[in-house]
Amino acid sequence: MTTTLPTSPALVPAQTRSRFLGSIYAGNSRAVLGRGLLATRTSNYWIVLSGFFEPVLYLLSLGIGLGSLIGTVTTATGQHVPYAAYIAPALLAVSAMNGAIYDSTWNVFFKMNYGKLYEGMLATSIGPFDVALGEIAFALLRGLLYAIGFMIVMQFFGLNLAWTALLALPAVVLIAFGFASLGMAITSYMKTFQQMDWINFVMLPMFIFSATFYPITVYPPAMQYIIEALPLWHGVELIRGLTTGDLSWGLLWHVLYFAAMITVGLIFTTKRLRALFLA
Amino acid sequence: MPEAVITASLLTKKYKDFAAVDGISFEVAPGESFGLLGPNGAGKSTTMRMVGAVSTRTSGDLTILGLDPDLHGPEIRAQLGVVPQADNLDQELRVRDNLIVYGRYFGIPRRQVAKRADELLEFAQLSDRAKSRVDDLSGGMKRRLTIARALVNDPRILLLDEPTTGLDPQARHILWDRLFRLKEQGTTLVLTTHYMDEAEQLCDRLVVVDKGKIMAEGSPAALIKQYSTREVVEVRFGSEKNAKVAKLIKGIGDRIEVLPDRILIYSDNGEAELSEIIKRGLNPITSLVRRSSLEDVFLRLTGRSLIE
Repeated sequence: MTTTLPTSPALVPAQTRSRFLGSIYAGNSRAVLGRGLLATRTSNYWIVLSGFFEPVLYLLSLGIGLGSLIGTVTTATGQHVPYAAYIAPALLAVSAMNGAIYDSTWNVFFKMNYGKLYEGMLATSIGPFDVALGEIAFALLRGLLYAIGFMIVMQFFGLNLAWTALLALPAVVLIAFGFASLGMAITSYMKTFQQMDWINFVMLPMFIFSATFYPITVYPPAMQYIIEALPLWHGVELIRGLTTGDLSWGLLWHVLYFAAMITVGLIFTTKRLRALFLA
Repeated sequence: MPEAVITASLLTKKYKDFAAVDGISFEVAPGESFGLLGPNGAGKSTTMRMVGAVSTRTSGDLTILGLDPDLHGPEIRAQLGVVPQADNLDQELRVRDNLIVYGRYFGIPRRQVAKRADELLEFAQLSDRAKSRVDDLSGGMKRRLTIARALVNDPRILLLDEPTTGLDPQARHILWDRLFRLKEQGTTLVLTTHYMDEAEQLCDRLVVVDKGKIMAEGSPAALIKQYSTREVVEVRFGSEKNAKVAKLIKGIGDRIEVLPDRILIYSDNGEAELSEIIKRGLNPITSLVRRSSLEDVFLRLTGRSLIE
């Protein structure tokens, strides 16, 4: 048994930080991400897998089953696409969303309110922006993992119609990043389980109605505006354009939408963490 | 006196209209062991959070290691070790991983932090529990792990918020021993407690805080000398008779305090006062002569009524 603890000079590296973000960012979000990866060792893999299967089941029942009755769908640019290939990219966007939301909402809620994880982190030299970035990066990883699995399923059924389908992977990262970022921001304002249920209340209709299973043109114009304001529609349209090869400059708007979503989510998460644990 | 590592002057923290900390001033010298003593709700934890650079002050001045926490929070936190009142260990990580991950938050390179983690496990007497789940540890072990975790960055100041609350006597003594070793090694300790024996064991100097204000300051011995007598006689006559007897023993000792269950007589010579009581023909059911303790000081300064 040692009686004295060796002291090691300069164990903590000198702080190199920008003047602007000095008090909120230590450039060490990888430590937060590393913690998340290490913690997955104790998580329940069945729960992790269940999130992946949900969109796959939809693809099988609706795409293959219902698709045999529907035949093809005509897209906005006049392309004829088999029904399964029409909804598969939408479900890919959904799996990215589901994965990202899973870790950035309920898991964050528990860590924040019960595990006191962020309180411990922010007592170190780490800043709230490091925590936000690290946790969001971790959350989007699950979204990316689900999406890669789903892409393989799509390839198996021959639902990737163009080489641009490869670009759907970076697009999926973007979409997952957006949902993880906004999801964590919203969760950071939640105090009770009842409030958390509101997230589910929004997610389900958004999943069903975001031009996932049929073109948005079936709605009256007013309804179309509402759908177009929601993030999933942008994700669906972006991925659908890439996997069906139905490309247009309009896809860049969707990219911009997610860039804005990521920024807003990061800003509010950082602000909220700061207000909760450093005020 | 060498330059202070913590300087607080008229430090205040208000939540709306309520002042949790109401203009307190103190200094802590390097290597010193400094205690904040007070009842629940006195403002100890709030003060600790401000010193830990995780809570901003409403007014007053605060300097930690020469830096203002409002402007240099991360630089200050890099040199502090924090043991919060409630354990906030990472439940999802194993014991050793808790130390490693925490070290990584400070940006310590992986190889160095692994070596440090093993040293700390040894120090905290937890080497054989390295791979345990946090949930499987006893209360005392969790506390030692929290302290080990706070030491991962080799801090210049260790902040301990009620380090032994809720622990059994064995666990407390092991913890005190570890803290005493740190103190011997020159680590500056700042701790809050409402255990008087803890304050007497560990603190070179302390302040008694109540309702956000400092009531007294000094070494444990000096405080006892100033606010109490050398000894205290405790006599019991039964709860009905205490008040009646109190009139008969007037004049004995420096000060008499009548409580519902017993009478306390403060004096520099307890035995002499006790024989005087017996000489007056009063036979207490039980009697006890003891050294005055910080508890007497504390209760005198903060009162005996329940504060909640």
